[in-house]
Formats: sequence, C-alpha cells, structure tokens
Amino acid sequence: MSKAIFTKTKMLTDTPTHYCPGCAHGIVHRLIAESIEELGLSHKTVGVAPVGCAVFAYRYFNCDMQLACHGRAPAVATGVKRSRPDTLVFTYQGDGDLASIGNAEINSAAARGEKICVFLINNAIYGMTGGQMAPTTLIGQISTTSPNGRNPEVNGYPMRVSEMLATHEGAYYVERVAVNNTRNILGAKKAIKKAFEYQQNGHGLNFIEVLSTCPTNWGVSATEAMTWMEENMLPYYQLGVKKDKEARQ
Amino acid sequence: MARMLMKGNEAIAEAAIAAGCRYFFGYPITPQSEIPEYLSKRLPEVGGVYLQAESEVAAINMVFGAAGAGVRVMTSSSSPGISLKQEGISSIACAETPAVVVNMMRGGPGIGSIQASQNDYFQAVKGGGHGDYHNLVYAPASIQEACDLMAKAFDRADYYRVLCMVLGDGMLGQMMEPVEIKPVKIAEYDKSWATTGWDGVSRPRAVINTLYITVDELNELCGRLQAKYKIIERDEVLFEEFHLDDAEYVVVAYGTVARIVKNAIENLRAQGIKVGLFRPITLWPFPMLPLENIAGQARVKRFAAVEMSAGQLVQDVRLAVNGKKPVELQSFLGSNVPGPGDIAEFIRGLKTA
Repeated sequence: MSKAIFTKTKMLTDTPTHYCPGCAHGIVHRLIAESIEELGLSHKTVGVAPVGCAVFAYRYFNCDMQLACHGRAPAVATGVKRSRPDTLVFTYQGDGDLASIGNAEINSAAARGEKICVFLINNAIYGMTGGQMAPTTLIGQISTTSPNGRNPEVNGYPMRVSEMLATHEGAYYVERVAVNNTRNILGAKKAIKKAFEYQQNGHGLNFIEVLSTCPTNWGVSATEAMTWMEENMLPYYQLGVKKDKEARQ
Repeated sequence: MARMLMKGNEAIAEAAIAAGCRYFFGYPITPQSEIPEYLSKRLPEVGGVYLQAESEVAAINMVFGAAGAGVRVMTSSSSPGISLKQEGISSIACAETPAVVVNMMRGGPGIGSIQASQNDYFQAVKGGGHGDYHNLVYAPASIQEACDLMAKAFDRADYYRVLCMVLGDGMLGQMMEPVEIKPVKIAEYDKSWATTGWDGVSRPRAVINTLYITVDELNELCGRLQAKYKIIERDEVLFEEFHLDDAEYVVVAYGTVARIVKNAIENLRAQGIKVGLFRPITLWPFPMLPLENIAGQARVKRFAAVEMSAGQLVQDVRLAVNGKKPVELQSFLGSNVPGPGDIAEFIRGLKTA
C-alpha cells in the first residue's frame, strides 16, 4: 500500500498561476499557505492582495481575500483587523506597491504596531507593468525607465525597507529572507511561520521581506535569475533578522 | 434621547453611533474635525474603534477593508480631503462594500477656504473618482435632518451595498441647533459576502475584488451596477416642496442655501410674490421627474437655481426642466454665504425680467 509523502496545501486553490517561469512568487505563495495551514489558522485568515504581479493572489490563496488599491494593502488590512480582531490578517505586496506608492501606509502601519503580517516580495523591479524602475532597483540596473542603468544622481538610491521599518518602535518582528536555494527557502518558511505565530499571540507589526526573482524583466533565464539575485541583490539587501522584540525579551 | 443643543458635526457623529456605526477611520480637516474628535471619545465607550489614519487616502482604504469585513463603518472629511478619498470611493462602488462618507464642504478649488461652500456638487453626484458609478448622496438642510439622514444612509448603504454620502457644508457642521438623536431600529442584512474568515463549508469563499480583467467580466459588473442604480433612481428619490401649490416662480436649492431661500420666500410672499422652493434631499438620485412635472404646470413661469457654486446644481435643474421653462442661476462663489435679502432681490428681478 502506497503512502502519500507530499500533498499540496489546502490553503492554495487549484487555479493555475499566471506567474512566469522562474518567478519565485509561487514559492512564496506556498510557504505562506503551508504556514497558515500547519498552524491550523486557515479558517480565520483574511489575506489582502496588492496591485502588481500578485494582483491575482486572491485567486490562489484559499481563504477570504480582499484586493487593495495600489500600495494600500496595509490600510485595508488595518480596517479588517481593527474591525475583526479575531482574524489572522496578512498582506502580500511587491516592492513597487509597498516601497513606492504604499510607503506611507506601510510605515504608518509599522509605527502603529498593527497586529498583522506583511510580506514584501522584493525583486528590484516593477513586474506587471513591464520592467520599470522600482525604489528597490539597484544602482546601474537597467530597466525600461532607467535604460542606461539606475543613476543615483537622478534617481537616488535603492530603499532598504526592512532596515527602515525596524526603526519603528511599533515593529515587532522584521526579517529579510531569500528563496534562492533550499536552505534559504526553509529559513523563509520558518520566518513566515514565526510572523503568523506572533500575530496569533497578539503582536505586530510582523514584516518579512523576501528577495525574489524576475527573469522576464531582468532579461535572464529562469536558472540565471537565482544567480542574478545572489550576485546583485544579496550584497545590498543583507539577509537576517532586523528586529525581533520577542527574542530580545 | 431628549432634545439637546448640539453642534452639527457632533450631532452627526452621535447619530452615526445611534445608527449602529462602530468603526471610524479619519483624518483631521477643518471644518469637520469635531466629527473625529467626538468619535475618538465616544466610540471606545460603546465598544467601537476610532483610528486616526495617516492620510485621507489611508482612511478611506481602512474603511474599504472594514466594510469588506462586513461592519458598519464611516469616515468624514471636507472638500480637499474628499478629493484624496476618491480612489477608495471608486473602489467601494466597484466592490459593493457598504460605507458612509460625510463631506462638510468648504470653498475650493485647491486648498481654498475653510468656510461653507457647495462647490463639490459635481464631484459628489457626477462621479468624483474614475469609472461608471454613483454614490447615494443626501443633502441635509438642518442638523436634525442630518442626524435622521445618517440613520438612512447606513441602512441604505447596507441594503444596496453602495456608498452613501451625507453632503453638508461648513455652516451645517459648525452651527448649533436643538436636535434629537432618535433611536434607530437597525435592520439586519445578509453579509455572507464579507471577509470574516472562512471555514470552507458554511458559505462560498469571500473575495472583495475590484479587478475585472476581461472585457466580458467588466461588462457584466458594470451592467449589474447600472441595474442597481436604476432601482435606486426609482425608489430612493427624496425632496421637499415649500409653497409650491400656487407658485409662479420656483427656486431650486439644497442644504444650507435652501434654508436661507425659505426666509427669502416668506418675505417675498408677504409682498404678494408667488414663489416657492423645490429642495432636493437626495442629490443623486436627483428628483428629475417631480421637477419636470412642476415645469409642466401652466402657472409656473420661471425657475431659479440658487447655489453656493458656479452653476453646478443648475445643470441638473435644466436637465429636469428640459426646456419647458426658463431656468436662471444665482451663484454665490468663494464661500460667500447669501442672506435672504440677496436671494429675494434676485427673485424680484425675475418677475420684472
């Protein structure tokens, strides 16, 4: 008699995703979904999808979902959590959505210590609109709106969101992870699960930045994308725990 | 509750609580700041939540989230702040999440003034944000009426799953009047569509969505919204008639201005001039048919729209009158609140014109 050694989490629907080959959104979706299911919290979860490549996240996460306007997911999540404090609320946002147009919303949610989980998927570029420069685009990185590479004299410097949010007293847990190899994927899962546990215990804001890939708009192959991330993003966006109020106690 | 002397903004806030509202997300702006101030004290007393947002944009998106979670929720602001909220107002219309927004209008454009104005009429009734949608817009002319309409606004918002706007102005918000906050019988509506956490069996998975990526999907949504608006246009029109039975001259005005027009009409009637007032209480849906019927009556000679804006209300009056009679405009600009004498003089001028 055969025994199943792996089954897909019930926290993801069977809808095929629209993500490009080599994009890491699928990995992060699965880590979040598995974490919620393993904690037994699927029935009380409300997710908030962003505007960007993950705009269809509400089709993939098998829980109650809301779709927010561009950048406003932390405000929408605040409205849900404050009016339904027994729910488990998370936002799933890209770097353009969160770090550019949604900068006020995420900083204020962090300062308020909003008891939610926020997942930033940082691939250093705008994906859905076709590869424009993001606040996280690296110096010298070519995009459709920085055709000669990002020039700090014109465009300033890439934003380190995790470090910025860790400065807020209201931020409870801030960690940057990556999904470039098995070891880091397992570490990302651990961080995501911890963020949900903290929220469940009444703490917030819990923020996980996941370094991700965009082979389509970086102009590299799916396999090259992981290497591109390691060589270009990891040196600037250092992995690790930026803040953990529980660990400090 | 007994009759009390209350400031408009505070009375509206208390009326919201009586109507079952327990959640408020807002941002300070003159001349409506007494609404958030009052609710920051009162909502925690009744087990609710007041939260001061970082901006009007965030506030309306918090309202969107809470409305999607199925609770009675509101925000309030004044003209420039309402401009900032349009992103969320359009989203609320699309996602069909019930919410109430109070706009205590002040003078614009730009930062403008902090005094009363009616210059947001177009914004309130013709759209405001992007897309084919409407809000149900109530225009109270007294603090008592504002309180009564708050209860109606929350109820109709839940019933139709629309955004209801209570459109006042700085004068209504800042003045004091005797008012009774009446007990409200709060109807229960099915909110199984709300995101409250899903057990997988008791109802379908709830998705509050504003994305309709294919032409067919968006076409279907827009058709459904328009069908709903048709029902609202048929069933929700509210207006007041004042001395219209024998009127030869019909003034159309709403809100604060309509009050002042009533004084002018009493003075003119004492002088033997047969003038009456038609006061729309819902600005959308606008009372098109009742006004058209009045225009069709032989004794009615002329209409006059009187407004604290540069010819916004008059456009709907002309649509309703539909060429049957001349429609004149008396416009007060730049937060200039008219006295009854200003309006009476204008009406006397119509008679000799």
